[in-house]
Formats: sequence, structure tokens, C-alpha cells
Amino acid sequence: MNFDKEFDASGMSCPLPIVKTKKALTDMESGQVLKVTATDCGAVKDMQAFADQTGNTLLSSTEEGGKYIFFMKKK
Amino acid sequence: MTTKKMAIIATKGTLDMAYPPFILASTAAALGYDVQIFFTFYGLQLLRKDLSDVKISPLANPAMPMPVPMPVMVQMLPGMESMATMMMKQKLKKHGVAPLEELRDLCLEADVKFIACQMTVDLFEFDKSEFIDQVEYGGASMFFGFAGETDICLFV
Repeated sequence: MNFDKEFDASGMSCPLPIVKTKKALTDMESGQVLKVTATDCGAVKDMQAFADQTGNTLLSSTEEGGKYIFFMKKK
Repeated sequence: MTTKKMAIIATKGTLDMAYPPFILASTAAALGYDVQIFFTFYGLQLLRKDLSDVKISPLANPAMPMPVPMPVMVQMLPGMESMATMMMKQKLKKHGVAPLEELRDLCLEADVKFIACQMTVDLFEFDKSEFIDQVEYGGASMFFGFAGETDICLFV
């Protein structure tokens, strides 16, 4: 999937993946896509909850070899 | 959509109990909440510029998981608090949990408002110059001005 910006949250625990995702989205434009990689399994539900509550769109959430990959489209 | 609001009252100054207010505040701010933390009593210790004195003790904290069971008589020996603090900090680091300073900075960056209880500052004769600059001083009624309008209000 195409993305405009990437952020690696590997090794980070709650709440850093969410807080830093929000930070990464701040200087992006509406409609742009952020790719986030995380190793915290809690991030799977947290990213969805973040999207639901902030109006950003979680385009996909997948797992690849112990890493969780998210594509978040900015509102 | 009106902005949601959250208020937290932080009353504890130990390393373990320092985390919940900063974790919840930074997360709520990331979710778009307007957040204030009211620091009172021992919670004021979390506003110090230097957080290295924030410690954890297994003493009177029977729920704290220990690598080996430790009798209370041993927990009270000199140096045990420093050792427990060092071990906890190593554990937090190993699991990728942010240091307190970083979480606090993330709160400030996200415009979480910190209010220090003026009464407790006076009571314990704290030196305001030892606190970070981004603190407002106020009392309970100032806090209620915000807390009364919140969607979530927590006491930690």
C-alpha cells in the first residue's frame, strides 16, 4: 500500500505507539496515509480505537512476523 | 462535535503511581481530549524538574511482583528502596515503557494543563523553583471550574 509517511514504534509500549502516531499525523495533510509499525500487541486494538475516536481511517491492520503494520489515513 | 474533557487528580508520588496520570493524560490528549491534571499532596513530586527522586518501595506494597519472595524485615533494610527503584526502571526500559520525563513532556507538548495545589505547596513548604515552569497554581474551586464540565474525572 502507498503511504506518505512512516513511523516505527517497534519496541515501544502503551501509550507511546498511539501518542506518537497522533504526533506523526499532526503535520500531515488530510487524505495522506501514515504507515506505523509496532511490536506491542496491545496496539492492534488501540489503533482501531484511536481511529474510531479521532475520525482518522485505519485502512489496514496486519501482522507480519511478530510486527504489526497499520496504515492510517488522516481525516 | 464538542471537545471531550478529562480531569485527573494525581495524589501519589511513587514511581509506580506516577505512571497512570501521565499515561492516561497523554493518551486522552492524543484522542483529542482537553486534559487537566490537578497535582496535590505527594503528587506534587511529579512536577519537579528532576524526577530522579521518584522511587518505588516493596515495603507496604504487597502486590508488587518480586523476583524472589522477600520478608518485610528484609524490605526495610537500607538500600532496598533504591534497589527496587533501579530494578523497576530496568524493567520499564526493557519493556519499552517510556521514562516518566518523556511521558510528562509528551503531555506538555499535547497541551495537557498541569495545576499544582497551592495549599499543599505551602503545607510542605515546596520551593516552586524546583517545579517545571509549565505549572499553574490554584485551589480546589479552580479545579472544579474545569472538572465540573468534564466527561471523565479520575482520582489517582
